[in-house]
Amino acid sequence: MSYRFDFSFVPQYWHLFLEGAQATLLISLAATLGGFALGTLCAVARTRGPRWSRRVVTAYVEVFRNTPLLVQIFLVFFGLASLGLRIDATTAAIAALIINMAAYTSEIVRAGIEATGTGQMEAASALGLRPAQAMALIVLPPALERVWPALASQFVLLMLASSVTSTISVEELTGIANRVQSDTFRPFEVFSIVGGIYLVLSFLLRGALWLAGRLLFPWRWQAA
Amino acid sequence: MTGEFNLFHAGYLLQGAVWTLLLAVIAILGGGVLGLVVAIGRVARPWPVRLLAGAYVQVIQGTPLLILMFIAFFGLSILGITLPALVAAGVALVLYSAAFLGEIWRGCFQAVPQAQHEAGAALGLRPFAILRLIVLPQAVRIAVPPTVGFLVQVVKNTSIASIVGFTELARAGQIVNNATFQPFLCFTIVAGIYFLLCYPLSCWARALERRLVPA
Repeated sequence: MSYRFDFSFVPQYWHLFLEGAQATLLISLAATLGGFALGTLCAVARTRGPRWSRRVVTAYVEVFRNTPLLVQIFLVFFGLASLGLRIDATTAAIAALIINMAAYTSEIVRAGIEATGTGQMEAASALGLRPAQAMALIVLPPALERVWPALASQFVLLMLASSVTSTISVEELTGIANRVQSDTFRPFEVFSIVGGIYLVLSFLLRGALWLAGRLLFPWRWQAA
Repeated sequence: MTGEFNLFHAGYLLQGAVWTLLLAVIAILGGGVLGLVVAIGRVARPWPVRLLAGAYVQVIQGTPLLILMFIAFFGLSILGITLPALVAAGVALVLYSAAFLGEIWRGCFQAVPQAQHEAGAALGLRPFAILRLIVLPQAVRIAVPPTVGFLVQVVKNTSIASIVGFTELARAGQIVNNATFQPFLCFTIVAGIYFLLCYPLSCWARALERRLVPA
């Protein structure tokens, strides 16, 4: 083995890596918020909605949980363009991540809603709350609290999965890595560094989500 | 092979699906063996072993599979071996599956109540016999549903191998798309094939889980 590792390019390209990390975080944030909102709606529609909405959501969840994200990204980016709807790569990537994420989120949140039980819903309607109010104020908070750890790890997985959006030329961290390695011809070093950056990002994200859990569900913290 | 989507293209996609399955089998077999090592390491008595296994899981689970594939691809070629993309993708998928399977199995092992260990000891069984006769049979029962569920993730994640240039189903889809210029049709068929591979596994995992819960 005569290979000599060379990391001398790092200072010159560091700002690019940081930009890539920033883009990865922004894309993940957008997809997480969008996917969380859509997924929660789907979970409510599947547990409390009329029969047709349950069927539609079930079909949606099964289709998107049983096909690869990469193919979903291709369908959104190339497929929609061929149907006449042209969107840029970043928008397509975020859209694909949102619909993918929502399918997973809805299953997690559904488990939380089902574990919370119908008694809570009945108590809320006995107090005169409308169904939507009862769902938003009474059922969802403890349901989300219960499944927060599962949601948090799903969010981290999404951040890591967003690396495949580089294939449709999104300039996030992996996209930047591809650019730098074609510039420096040091692919192993570049991808090792970027792997390390992802590792740091996922630790930071996990910490942030733990903190968010404490802020969102303070009563649990006070009780403990 | 340019022109409208035809039977030849469909055959090409199916050929890609065979490679997808092969890659998944490699990942599961290799990841299963290594995953067992990781799971044992995570519950082993010497703390350096536990630390090492824990660090392995943290690093693999905190890095995108795509980056692992790139590192495997370029790292192995640094060692002076020029490898087909299949090997690089296979190595990365094995490392990836091992981390996740190791965590799943550790969780199942620890889900068997401590009292079962103690009951075995009270009966005068030696530590190995306790594991073999009492703890492992129960842990395996708990472990089957999530393991089958993880197979779905493995099949889907083989698609990432297309990015390092291995012609499995997703890459075959891109190639056919480049020839036919019918991306919507083409990737819908690709997604359909993945669905046919994954959905039965998902249903199986759910059925296994249901069977476990009332017991």
